[in-house]
Amino acid sequence: MFIIKIRNAVKVFGPITAVAGVDLDVAQGECFGLLGPNGAGKTTLMRMIIAATPLTSGDIWVDGKDIRKEPRQIKANLGMVPQEDNLDPDLTVLENLIVFARYFDIPKAQARERALESLRFFELYERQRAKVEELSGGMKRRLLIARSLTNQPKLLILDEPSVGLDPQTKHLIWYRLTSLREQGTTLLLCTQNMEEAWRLCNRLAIMNQGKIAALGSPQELISRYGGTQVLETRFPIEKKDLVLTKLKEHGLHWEEIEDTLHIFLGDGQLLDEELTQVLAIQNQHVPTLEDVFLRLTGRSIRE
Amino acid sequence: MRLFSYRSLRMWQRNRDVFFKLWRTEVPGSFIEPLLVLIAMGAGLGTYVMLKDSQSYKEFIAPGIVAGYAMFSASFECTYGSYFRMKMQKTYDAIISTPLNIEDVVAGEIFWGATRSLLTGCIILAVAAAFGLINSAWAILVLPLVLLAGLMFSSIAIFFTSIAPAIHSFNYFYTLFLTPMFFFSGLFFPLDTFDPLVQKLSWIAPLTPVVNLTRALVSGEPGTGEWWGLAIIVGVTAVFFPLSMITMRRRLLK
Repeated sequence: MFIIKIRNAVKVFGPITAVAGVDLDVAQGECFGLLGPNGAGKTTLMRMIIAATPLTSGDIWVDGKDIRKEPRQIKANLGMVPQEDNLDPDLTVLENLIVFARYFDIPKAQARERALESLRFFELYERQRAKVEELSGGMKRRLLIARSLTNQPKLLILDEPSVGLDPQTKHLIWYRLTSLREQGTTLLLCTQNMEEAWRLCNRLAIMNQGKIAALGSPQELISRYGGTQVLETRFPIEKKDLVLTKLKEHGLHWEEIEDTLHIFLGDGQLLDEELTQVLAIQNQHVPTLEDVFLRLTGRSIRE
Repeated sequence: MRLFSYRSLRMWQRNRDVFFKLWRTEVPGSFIEPLLVLIAMGAGLGTYVMLKDSQSYKEFIAPGIVAGYAMFSASFECTYGSYFRMKMQKTYDAIISTPLNIEDVVAGEIFWGATRSLLTGCIILAVAAAFGLINSAWAILVLPLVLLAGLMFSSIAIFFTSIAPAIHSFNYFYTLFLTPMFFFSGLFFPLDTFDPLVQKLSWIAPLTPVVNLTRALVSGEPGTGEWWGLAIIVGVTAVFFPLSMITMRRRLLK
C-alpha cells in the first residue's frame, strides 16, 4: 500500500523548471528520504504533496486521494515540519499546540490533554507557559515537531529537521522519529544530512535538477554507486588530461571535487602503475552515502 | 475561485484569542485616540464652530468618529496585522498546512477585522452616550452598520495586503486612501462645505455612506440618511471580499 503516489509531477516557475517529471511511490510505514543539493527541487516537491504548490502537470495522490480534488482531507491526516520556524509568536508554547488543534476541529479538552502529553514526550513540559521567542533553536524545533503531531498524522513530512541543532537535540529528535516510525507513521524526510538519512531512512531518493537521480535503500545505493573503495587523490594540473584519459580507459568512475579527484573503485579494480605514479593518494575510505551523493549530484553531472 | 468554509471561524478564533491576550497594547490606538479626537475637536474646536441647525459640534462629529475609527480598526487589522502574520510570522503558512485553505484564512481575517470595527464602534458609542451625545434608540442600529462597514474596509485592506510588495507600501494606502477619507467624508464638516468637485469625490469614497448613515441613526432621524449608501457598502464588499481571496491565493500558493 503506497501512501504517496507521484506520477510525472512537473512544476515550472517562469523560466525555471523546479521539478522536471518525478515518479515516486512511498510505502505506508516507511521512512523515505529525499536527498539532493540546494535547488534540486526537494522543497517544491514537498510543497506539492501538502497542496501548498499547485502542480504544473502530473498527478499526486496521498492516501488514495487526489491532491487537486481533496486537499483538505489530505491535510487533515498529514503533519508538516517546516525548516523555517512558523510557530505562532503571539501565543505561549502550550497555546501554540491548543490553537493548532482547533484548526483540525479537535475538541478543547482532548487538545489540551494531547498537548501536555506531547510536551512531555519532547521534554518541553516545564516550558509550557514560555513565549515562543524565549525558546532556544532546539526547543523551537522540538515544538514544531510536537505541533506537527497534533492530528496524529498518518504521514509526517519533515524539511531538514536537524539542521542547526546541537548533537544532543539531534539525537533526541532522531530517537523520537524512530519511535514514530515504529508506531506506524510514514515519514517523508527531506535532508542534506547523510548521517540522518543513513540512520533513519528505509529508502532514499537522490534528487538532482528536478529529477530523481537514484532510488533505493541506503545500502543498495552505496553498493550501486559507491563501489568498494573511494580514493581521494591529487595530481599535477598539467597531467589532468592524461589522468582522465587513463581513468576512462579503465572504465573507472570519478568525481572532481574542488582540487581533489575522488575515484570510485569497484570489486577487484586497481589503479595501474602509471596512474599510481601521477596520483598522490590523500585518503582512502569505504564508500558512504556522501560519496554516492557527490557522485550523483556532482559538478561533472551538472555541466 | 475556491470557497471559504466554516473553518474560517478557526482563524477568527485565533485572532480573538491573541487580541484578548494582548488587548492592553490595542487600547491606545483603538479606544483612547478616538476619545482624544472627540474631546479636542468637539470641546476645543467646537467652541468656534456654528452649525446651521444649532446642533452642537460635538454631536455632529460623534457619529463621524464612530464611523472613522471603525474604518481604521478594520484597516489596521487587515493591513499591518495581516501583513505581519503573513510575512514575518509565517502564520498563514502554518495554518494552510492544516485543513484550512487560504480562502478560510482570508475570510477569517476579514471577519476578525469586522469584529474589531464592531468593538471600536461599541466603545465609542458608549462613551458618546455617557457624554450625552446620543439622543435616540435608533443608535443601536449603528452596531450592525459598523459591522457591515468593517467587512467592507477589511476586504479592501486585505486585498491591498495581498498585493503589497513591502510593508512600506501601506504608507500609500494610509496617506492616499484612508486619511483623505477621514477628512473628506463628512466626518468633521458637512459635505456641502466643500467645492462641487470634492463633493463628487466624497460621494464615491466608501466611508461617506457609513458616516452619513451613522449620523442619521444617532440623531434619531433615520429618514434623513441617504439609504442607497448601503448599496455602495454592500457593492464594494461584494467586489473586494472575493477578489482578495483570489489575489491572496495567487500570492501564497506558488
